[in-house]
Amino acid sequence: MGKQITRRDFLKAGGQILAGGIFFSAVSMVIPRVAGSADGDIVNSKWQQTWAKQTWGFVVDTEKCIGCGMCVKACKEENGVPMDEEVFRTWVERYVMAAGGQTHIDSPNGGLDFNAITIDNAKKSFFVPKLCNQCDNPPCTKVCPVGATYKTGDGVVLVDGERCIGCRYCIQACPYGARFLHPQKKTADKCTWCYHRITKGLLPACVQVCPTGARIFANLQTPGNPVSRLLETKRVDVLKPALGTEPMVYYMGLDKVVV
Amino acid sequence: MTGYVYPNEIEVNWGLFIVLYPYITGLVAGAFIVSSLYHVFGKEDLKPVSRLSLVSALAYLMVAPLPLLLHLGQPLRAFNILWTPNPNSAMAGFGYIYSFYMIVVLLEVWFIFREDLVHYADNSTGVTRFGYRMLTLGARDISPPTLAMDHKIVTVLAMIGIPSAAFLHGYVGFIFGAIKANALWSTPLQPVIFLMSAVVSGIALQILIYAAACKFRKRRIDMACLKTLNKFLWAFLIVDVLLEELDLLQKAYEAREAWPAIHTLFEEAIPLTHFTQIWIGAFIPIVLLIIARWDRVSNAAQRLLTIMSSAMVVIGVFAMRFNVVIGGQMISKSNVGLTSFQAHLVADEGIIPTVGILVLPLIILVVLIRILPPWLEGEAAMTGDH
Repeated sequence: MGKQITRRDFLKAGGQILAGGIFFSAVSMVIPRVAGSADGDIVNSKWQQTWAKQTWGFVVDTEKCIGCGMCVKACKEENGVPMDEEVFRTWVERYVMAAGGQTHIDSPNGGLDFNAITIDNAKKSFFVPKLCNQCDNPPCTKVCPVGATYKTGDGVVLVDGERCIGCRYCIQACPYGARFLHPQKKTADKCTWCYHRITKGLLPACVQVCPTGARIFANLQTPGNPVSRLLETKRVDVLKPALGTEPMVYYMGLDKVVV
Repeated sequence: MTGYVYPNEIEVNWGLFIVLYPYITGLVAGAFIVSSLYHVFGKEDLKPVSRLSLVSALAYLMVAPLPLLLHLGQPLRAFNILWTPNPNSAMAGFGYIYSFYMIVVLLEVWFIFREDLVHYADNSTGVTRFGYRMLTLGARDISPPTLAMDHKIVTVLAMIGIPSAAFLHGYVGFIFGAIKANALWSTPLQPVIFLMSAVVSGIALQILIYAAACKFRKRRIDMACLKTLNKFLWAFLIVDVLLEELDLLQKAYEAREAWPAIHTLFEEAIPLTHFTQIWIGAFIPIVLLIIARWDRVSNAAQRLLTIMSSAMVVIGVFAMRFNVVIGGQMISKSNVGLTSFQAHLVADEGIIPTVGILVLPLIILVVLIRILPPWLEGEAAMTGDH
């Protein structure tokens, strides 16, 4: 008969294995951090310098929007958002208010397919372009379980498509409906104000193509830029201010019915 | 689809699998609490289900992460939640809380069944003997002092397990309750509501599993045990309904901007599941459970009413999970529209895989019962007098 293992022996052996495991995992956690930190600092300082020179401003002048949908199309093409799927980084809403107080709101295919509609006793109508508000207090980044979505130093909220696990919690957390699951990449996607363009001195695609200048974008640190001028002289509003998200897209000519 | 919903909201993002997630973790928490009522609070009446409920908790716990994993857009990156968690995210806690709870349950199962495992190993041969020997982890000392020690450890583990179970599920409530963008979800009551409905569903499930086990094994249901389960189910059910209705009443009374949309949701979009949640899952069972405890009702009727109520509660809690998870997403964040929800048969978290995931824990339970029979000595055999 073999040696009987007592509880003491068992607990002792178990304790040793546990201690070994803790030590090993502690070591393995420290090593990559040490190895990677030097690179990280260089990358960081490069971005710190870039971010220091950039403060972005986005204004939407709803009085000028004609609902042509060029911005929606340009955005999809520029950012690889499938043209024939109902997902949008930016979209345009149409508001038609009738005399009786009824409001008709729609955004057919995100505003790509506006057709003439007939509303009885229509009195007032306008378009409202929507996009990610790049909130200063973003609820979406807070909920991401893996830190795949984050706010850059110059205030733009981005998604790391290689880190995102596709849980869609951020989509639930965004009060503006600005996020969606990319149908092909199966990761969260959203407007980045065309971060790849603005960091090279270009305008976001939607701003670039807007034929009426309803979308105005600028680096607020550039002297005499159009956005600063508007923000300093005009009355502006943001969407859903009561939620405390501190949106960074400013609207001119908003109406109380805008959702 | 009615009214205006934002273009990105046309598809509901969290489907039936995410309905399963709070449902299954709730059953785990509830089943564990039934087991703890005996092990920690010394509810002797519940002895016949104390081991069965613990094994049930384990079976459901094993399946709990499955619907989450299958729902991910990038399931291969699932472990990022453990390796690179975002401390600000409620969801990031899942991996840790789940793992911790799994360890507690596994340890408790092991300590409770250790004596049995040693006996099984001694009384079997070949592969079976080897298997049971492996399961004892080499600890084959079953002298009275060691068994007394086992018992103490079980009590401590169950004491750790209760807050863990409460946390495991209360935290699921927080995942929903702390989303200010969603008018239906956002309430500080959500974690408590989730916890209460979890306990309710767990007790009801335990009654069903116990009744089914007695039926298959041709044993008589222990009436004292059934009545105690009935009482706990009834009490927790009342607290649960009270909280749920309080939340709804306050939303109706405050009548904030989203209330018309919430009202339309219940009245027009999900009236059937709302009815199931409130009436089938709560009000009717509350009455039936009282009748089932009445002495002038025959034992057979008491059994039938309690089991029927439990089945209704289990269905009602599923409806509640559906109403919260799917219903909450149907309300557009524009607050002026409702999107529609279409359950597919197979694709996109369809009905068939959902039923499959619901059945899976029962299959695991049957296998676990084969390996670790939770039955106790001296159970009354079924006789003709009932």
